[in-house]
Amino acid sequence: MKPLLSPKIETGSGPKSPLWRRLLAQRHLQTMALLGVVWMIIFNYIPMYGLIISFKDYNIVKSIAEAPWVGLTHFREFLDDEDLVNVIRNTLGISLIKLLIGFPLPIIFALFLNEIRSLRYKKAIQTISYLPHFLSWVVLGGILATWLADVGIVNNILLSLHLIDQPITYLAEPSYFWTIIISSDIWKELGWSAIIYLAAISGVSPEMYEAATIDGAGRFQKMWFVTLPAIKSTISILFILAVSGVLNSNFDQILVLRNSLNDSASNVIDYYIYYTGIVSNRFSYSAAVTLIKAVIALILLLIANQVSKKINDTSLF
Amino acid sequence: MFALKRKTKGEALFDIVNNLIMLCVCFLTLYPIWYVLINAFNDGNDAMLGGIYWWPRVFSLKNFDAVFASPGIMQAMGITVAKTALGVLVHVFFTAMVAYALSRKGLIGGKFYILLGTITLFFNGGLIPTFLLNRDLHLLDNFLVYIIPVMFSFFDLIIFMTFFREIPEGLEEAARIDGANDWSIFLRVVLPVSMPVIATIALFHGVYQWNDYFAGIIYVNNPDLQPIQTYLFRVVAQSSSNQMMVAVQGSSLTKSVTSQSIKLATMVVTTLPIVFVYPFLQRYFVKGMMIGSIKG
Repeated sequence: MKPLLSPKIETGSGPKSPLWRRLLAQRHLQTMALLGVVWMIIFNYIPMYGLIISFKDYNIVKSIAEAPWVGLTHFREFLDDEDLVNVIRNTLGISLIKLLIGFPLPIIFALFLNEIRSLRYKKAIQTISYLPHFLSWVVLGGILATWLADVGIVNNILLSLHLIDQPITYLAEPSYFWTIIISSDIWKELGWSAIIYLAAISGVSPEMYEAATIDGAGRFQKMWFVTLPAIKSTISILFILAVSGVLNSNFDQILVLRNSLNDSASNVIDYYIYYTGIVSNRFSYSAAVTLIKAVIALILLLIANQVSKKINDTSLF
Repeated sequence: MFALKRKTKGEALFDIVNNLIMLCVCFLTLYPIWYVLINAFNDGNDAMLGGIYWWPRVFSLKNFDAVFASPGIMQAMGITVAKTALGVLVHVFFTAMVAYALSRKGLIGGKFYILLGTITLFFNGGLIPTFLLNRDLHLLDNFLVYIIPVMFSFFDLIIFMTFFREIPEGLEEAARIDGANDWSIFLRVVLPVSMPVIATIALFHGVYQWNDYFAGIIYVNNPDLQPIQTYLFRVVAQSSSNQMMVAVQGSSLTKSVTSQSIKLATMVVTTLPIVFVYPFLQRYFVKGMMIGSIKG
């Protein structure tokens, strides 16, 4: 990460004056900064400390400090849970398919959108394409429920084409759940995710394209040999972030679309944490699962970062 | 000049295919939204027969009348407007303030403060410890739970700092010679020239506030404090469409509306404000996203 401090010097106090004098000179700035630090300590660091309840038997009556230590009991319990395999399969399955399809699609979309000649037309497509990003998952859930209902438009079309004999209740069938999750996610975020690539593409020097034209490159070749390599580092960074987030299922989306009928395909680790913690009040157990998830996510981030550093010299740190 | 640049056959074909692909993408993006819109503007009982694909068959504003007449829905809408307006104001001001302080060089402890913040980008306590904290702070069933726990974001702070560093030093020095202290420089010099980045962060946080339904689920039991998205969630996800009907009963409109048609109208009402705002802000957020994500 690049240094976040600006090169500006505090006026009214040279770096050689004593500490207390400098502190006094910057008391206003210190107040502003410390307000932020206090907020972070309360809302970021106290919850991190709160994770120690995963090694304790916490209940609402006692404070965190009073709760008795129980070692790794909760972690063992998770490993013995019969839901474990299902939860991991759903989390990884949905995420990996999203990574496989949902990650490259915005890049492809950006590459093709970049080839649209008319600036106004291009702008219009862009504006339309990120409209869905601004809809909430709740509203999108409502749209999907309308489309996929037994009397919904999807069933109507399939029935009239005689592709199915009777209406399918898609949201009640586990076998359709992943498809619904992944395609609706792509629908919502395709245009939005493409912004960053379009911005990167706009930074490519036009001379590169001119040189490629002189060498006789066609449109596809220019895309492949000029544009794509030029945005490689952007792609790598976003890929590292995507890999480290593999265990983060899109919780807002899952919670809206899941129900007890599709549970076998929709119970992902984030929902499991929510369910065991908030719904069943097993605070310590839920925190233990959170901790396991965090450790695995950290390992994934480090691996992705190292691999990217080796392969194409791009890394987060 | 233009005429000289003749397209080859391959180029022309490429352009045609590409334009077709883009038209498909646009259609696929817009049609599901359009479908909801036309059905919301159609008479409820008639819509149940299905077959409305391009245009309302029996045009009616009754669904919207029912939505606006329902005290529950309007109360939830009011909460959402309040939490979005106040949330954006507090988030933008507080985050910008801390960012301004941290962007000054020579700030004693500055590097340490930034380290503290950077750690929060990668680690957090997660759902349960956060829930317990908010409970201990008496934020449960409290409007402030929508504001205080999200009034600061280190990620947004980085975007602010990147912008603040580009502000010419002369501006600040001139104010200092005029006797301004750091507060007045921040309020009267830095904030007014930072409108692009303020618009970006305000839009991001505004969308978050407007669309968030989860805080309403886990922290709030009192139905009077529930935002519209939470209200809609309970109806959509738990498909207890009866709740909607109960909400509008007594409005004497129930004959031409159904729970489904009210649901669609509520979705439209919920979404419209944001759809109106974003085209005006888009020139800002493209830049904002660039600063925030890549320049690492």
